[in-house]
Amino acid sequence: MDGHDIDDRQSRTDLFDVPPEESPSPTSRSERWYRTLDVWVLSPLRVAMTDWRMPVGATILTAFVVLGTVGVRLISAPEVSEAPVYTGAFRGGIGAITTSGGWIDIVSLSLGETGFTLPWVALSLPLGTDRFGQDIARGLVHGTPAMLKMALAGAVFATGVALLVGTVAGYRGGVIDTVLMTITDIVMTIPALPLIVLLAAVYQPSDPFVIGVLLAIDNWPGLARALRSQVLTIRTESYVEAARAMGLSPGTVLRRDVIPQLMPYTLINAANAARAVIFESVALYFLGLLPIGSTFNWGVMMNQAYQAGALSNVDRAGHWLFAPMCLLVVFSFGLIVFSQGLDRVFNPQLRARHSKAVGYDDETGVSTGD
Amino acid sequence: MQYVVKRTVQALITLLFVVTISFFLYRLLPGGPVEAMQQQLVQEAMADGGQVNVQRINQMVAVRTGIRPDEPLYQQYLGYMESVVLHQDFGTSIWKNEPVFELLFTAMPWSVFISIYGLLLGFGVNVLLGAVMAYHEGGRFDRAMSVVATITSSVPYYVVAILLLAFLAFEAGLFPTGGRYNPATTPGFNLPFMASVVYHAILPIATGFVVGFGTQALAMRGNSVRVLGEEYIRVAQLRGLGEFRIATRYVTRNAILPLYTSLMVGISSIFSSSIIMEQLYSYPGVGWYTFGALEHRDYPLLMGVFLFFTIVTLLGVLVADLTYGLIDPRANTGDTESY
Repeated sequence: MDGHDIDDRQSRTDLFDVPPEESPSPTSRSERWYRTLDVWVLSPLRVAMTDWRMPVGATILTAFVVLGTVGVRLISAPEVSEAPVYTGAFRGGIGAITTSGGWIDIVSLSLGETGFTLPWVALSLPLGTDRFGQDIARGLVHGTPAMLKMALAGAVFATGVALLVGTVAGYRGGVIDTVLMTITDIVMTIPALPLIVLLAAVYQPSDPFVIGVLLAIDNWPGLARALRSQVLTIRTESYVEAARAMGLSPGTVLRRDVIPQLMPYTLINAANAARAVIFESVALYFLGLLPIGSTFNWGVMMNQAYQAGALSNVDRAGHWLFAPMCLLVVFSFGLIVFSQGLDRVFNPQLRARHSKAVGYDDETGVSTGD
Repeated sequence: MQYVVKRTVQALITLLFVVTISFFLYRLLPGGPVEAMQQQLVQEAMADGGQVNVQRINQMVAVRTGIRPDEPLYQQYLGYMESVVLHQDFGTSIWKNEPVFELLFTAMPWSVFISIYGLLLGFGVNVLLGAVMAYHEGGRFDRAMSVVATITSSVPYYVVAILLLAFLAFEAGLFPTGGRYNPATTPGFNLPFMASVVYHAILPIATGFVVGFGTQALAMRGNSVRVLGEEYIRVAQLRGLGEFRIATRYVTRNAILPLYTSLMVGISSIFSSSIIMEQLYSYPGVGWYTFGALEHRDYPLLMGVFLFFTIVTLLGVLVADLTYGLIDPRANTGDTESY
């Protein structure tokens, strides 16, 4: 059974991957492992590191994920009247680093019984407090998980629907294509925000995952159209025709031969969909167009600040409104830069210049031999 | 010609589809608008101490929504379709107690006014910027502007609106904090009124300008770079055509085409964003009415907004679609072979 499997893979390698005249000897298992590792992990990393976008984007996104998962457990939720109301952000400015008091202090942290001490940074109300005397910085941390959930749900939903509609329409063609593309065009034309707001008003959803999906209902048509046109090219490739000639079902051909080709582009757009969902959710929560109830996120925080008149009295409450806003901009910047970085990693033209470490060109699947 | 017919038919299908969606939202959502209105009216009647007259309540609902709750479902649907499509009757607003269509029709020009200028201004600047960036590809200007465009596209438009309002309007007092014009002026064709209209529109338009800034410039840059590498550009150069002719007729025209499509999609997104923009700037356009309708649970007005936005967007997309055929002669039906 096992041996047959390897034989099968071997013959397939001979057929499609490696022309016999260039590498006649079968490669060892460890070489194959290394090659796979190189193609899928190392060379993308090499390409990624040649540009600032990928590292910066990945760092920002990782920081937010850590904040939303580990940070929430380490940092306690803010409580009402734990500090004076409307304390400004960054009390004492830069000078507060050297003098004690203010928003930041250098303290020494003793490591248990060992007697060692480490210099440590102690933050005290770094971003100030709100109208209820709550620490804004800790509030931001506790608003993060909801944002991440909405972004994830929106991205998964939008790319999932787009992938389904785009590949089926492009691959099947004919009537199915016309019907699916008409639906896509219709959804593209419907102004989504009034619809979303109406649905939210009727159903009053509070689960971040549900809201993420709701906000993404207008995010898939553009991607679906783009994927369809890519599938139109891919389906005329000889290996797809070969798979069809072998009598594989459309589902299998799509899953095994078509969709893997689309993954890079889809991934890039997933990041964009996540950003769009975050933008919309913060906007709608901010204006109170989504049911707030007991939910808490950056948008709700901005809504509270707005209701408290932060816009007309910037000196008193501006920091309350601006803190979640800045975090939102940083988060979306991370997503944009990350997707641009992904684009560079997956772009075959750019990639060819960097990825020839083991003489395997991922684009054609043929050993280049240099 | 076939293209024109196809696009028009598609627009009509979309319209019917949207009216159908709005009917289903109205009627079939559990706890949807019609049921909610019925309950509201029953409660009002009970609070007044009067008898609850189901027939009368159904009549009131019918007047306001164009849907008669006591008829069979398909008749309700046909009746609703007829009143919306044939009579442009979107019902009566509960909040303002006026016909929804008239409310929105008078608010519409204001929304178009503040959104279209920002959109066009942004489009023009982005196209120019992207073209210049592509011309100097890899140069200092290109790299610097790419970073700037990336940063600006990660700032949502309402953040820009908040900052402009907080600092320029509230702090510095340079611009009005809301309204469409100074109430002291008399509306009409006179200079003080028109000046005050422009004055009140500057911040919203500036915000609209920022909505598309950056992303489009990057797209234009990418397209131009791609077009510059095409062989027909080289052929044109070898034929000895002038630089200007190549830049305008060959490069820009081909690079702009994909952006034209994004402009069409932008029409619907700009109306969507007007809900947020107009609320922030207290600018009584269609978006502002949407917000008020939500707060007052004014379902006829909400449904009206939904239909109204869709129809205006459809018209915009249709116009853009039909002119696209003029710009790009290659635009054809392109039906694909069926497997």
